[in-house]
Amino acid sequence: MSKSLAEAPFPGHEKRGTWRRLATVSVLPVLLILLVLAILYSVTIGRYNLSVHEVALILIDNIQPVAQPSWEPVEAVVVEQVRLPRIIAAVIIGFGLSISGASLQGLFRNPLVDPGIIGVTSGAGFGGTLAILLGMQGYTKLSTAFLFGLCSIFLVKFLSTVRGRTSMLTLVLAGVVISAFFSAAISIAKLLADPFQKLPAITYWLMGSIASTSYSDVLLIAVAVVPASIAIYLLRFQINLMSLGEEKARALGTRVVLVQWIILLASALISAGVVATSGIIGWVGLVIPHVARAIVGADHKRLLPVSGIIGAIYLLMVDNLSRTLTTSEIPLGIITALVGVPVFAIILRRLHTVGGWSSD
Amino acid sequence: MIEVRNLTVERGGKPILSGYEFSLEAGGILAVLGANGVGKTTLINTLIGVLKPRQGTVQVKGKVGFVPQLFEVPFAYSCLDIALMGRARHLGLFGSPGKKDFEIVRHYFRMLGIESLETHAFNALSGGQRQLVMIAQALVSECELLVLDEPCAALDYKNQDKVLKLLHQLQTEHGLTIIFSTHMPQHAVEIATDVLLMTSGTHFMRGKTVDVLTSENLSTLYDLPIARANFDGLPKHTFAPVFRQQEVRNDGRSD
Repeated sequence: MSKSLAEAPFPGHEKRGTWRRLATVSVLPVLLILLVLAILYSVTIGRYNLSVHEVALILIDNIQPVAQPSWEPVEAVVVEQVRLPRIIAAVIIGFGLSISGASLQGLFRNPLVDPGIIGVTSGAGFGGTLAILLGMQGYTKLSTAFLFGLCSIFLVKFLSTVRGRTSMLTLVLAGVVISAFFSAAISIAKLLADPFQKLPAITYWLMGSIASTSYSDVLLIAVAVVPASIAIYLLRFQINLMSLGEEKARALGTRVVLVQWIILLASALISAGVVATSGIIGWVGLVIPHVARAIVGADHKRLLPVSGIIGAIYLLMVDNLSRTLTTSEIPLGIITALVGVPVFAIILRRLHTVGGWSSD
Repeated sequence: MIEVRNLTVERGGKPILSGYEFSLEAGGILAVLGANGVGKTTLINTLIGVLKPRQGTVQVKGKVGFVPQLFEVPFAYSCLDIALMGRARHLGLFGSPGKKDFEIVRHYFRMLGIESLETHAFNALSGGQRQLVMIAQALVSECELLVLDEPCAALDYKNQDKVLKLLHQLQTEHGLTIIFSTHMPQHAVEIATDVLLMTSGTHFMRGKTVDVLTSENLSTLYDLPIARANFDGLPKHTFAPVFRQQEVRNDGRSD
């Protein structure tokens, strides 16, 4: 077959290809360096202003005691017990929410999806509210959030699947309906809560904050996010296949139902881990994958880790804003929503112009 | 290569096909013709194993590759990404394409003459180019039976010709067995060894192209007079519909 069957390539394409390839190779190391820099920067800022040098010495002091400490003991406590756990939490949460959002967008071949849109977050939010109401803590709170997150996924999947097909529009609408249901359930729980102790706790917690994160909270989030992220990454190629549509994926040999359930379970687990410790932090999983896709393309092998790391940097920066912008803390979830909503609107407009809703 | 016996397929509890029987020998090309909504896509989905038959059997010897109707993907995959997906059956649940898979894809891209498209966004391609990438995706699965759902729909004549030529080449030079659906009897005349005419969910005609693809049978199939037409100076023929609009207009003129 000597004669080419293809038409001439677009002019200027080769150059773009080379750039794309260069960007793809270097993007992960660059992002990792940025993440480390972001972490270092985040430890230094706050009410106690410390230099990177001092922070480094405080940390080294744990392993090998420094001869003449140049810092106050209280500064060491601030770095090690207040800032560091919170920073680690922000990194893991940002990573988890973004990787979960990217995988859900691929799975449902829908760029408008994230754990919040498909109702998992509010399901897990109700579980967490219930847990606070009943005085549950730690892993029981996580389990309750996971259980209700899972419930909401079941319901959304059931509502949006008509004759074995899930359309973009019905999925988002089913998510809206289930979110509304669990919001109502949260309101009922608030009504029943003790107005002086539990109601303020629930209200503030629901706004999404990692202000008082301890190392045990960090462990709790990690227990949920790390295995779930690994499971999602292992399915990177299957998510590529799923994003062609269920029938095409099946024709190519994907075990559609199995892949769907692993991704959904993993996403519910990530959402539950985040919600159980830090309340509702929305929109991260929607916004970040779009940024990542613009940099490394649609292949989930690169998209998933790049989304995760960009998400980690993003949430860390948002948390820095939330603790330094004003003298009192602004809950994290408020800022992520303020950023997320306009981005959602832009994506929606763009989808509309290319007729994204009608394609299935 | 493929043998279909007493096939009944349902969708949403309603029977779409029943009693279908046909077979195709290795190295043959089967064209499937039928009106819109008669169940061509349902039949094809059953042949490739996406739909399970309610009754009867579909026996296929060898691996099946599938080329769906032209579509767009929701994300900006490159053509390489799209073609690599054809390797899925060789990779397992947690696998991801490696060096060998890339080499196989590049081999087929060269064979189809589309190696320059590798880094292009799939959605930015013309219909004809997208069809070639999808054929590459099916071929990289190292299939022996290639099933295509309306491979020439939405393509202009030049690209239809390219696709037909390619399918013919795949059959003669690479020994592939091919099944494709189409709305154009001409496509079947050009390359098919066998045809299946789907008149309804329960009625069908099958056999060698020369025996079954006749103006009588096509007229029954489309419920419209179809005439056999010869090309000037070419040892070829085609079938053309006699649209009834013509009769009305002629009547008007004679008045």
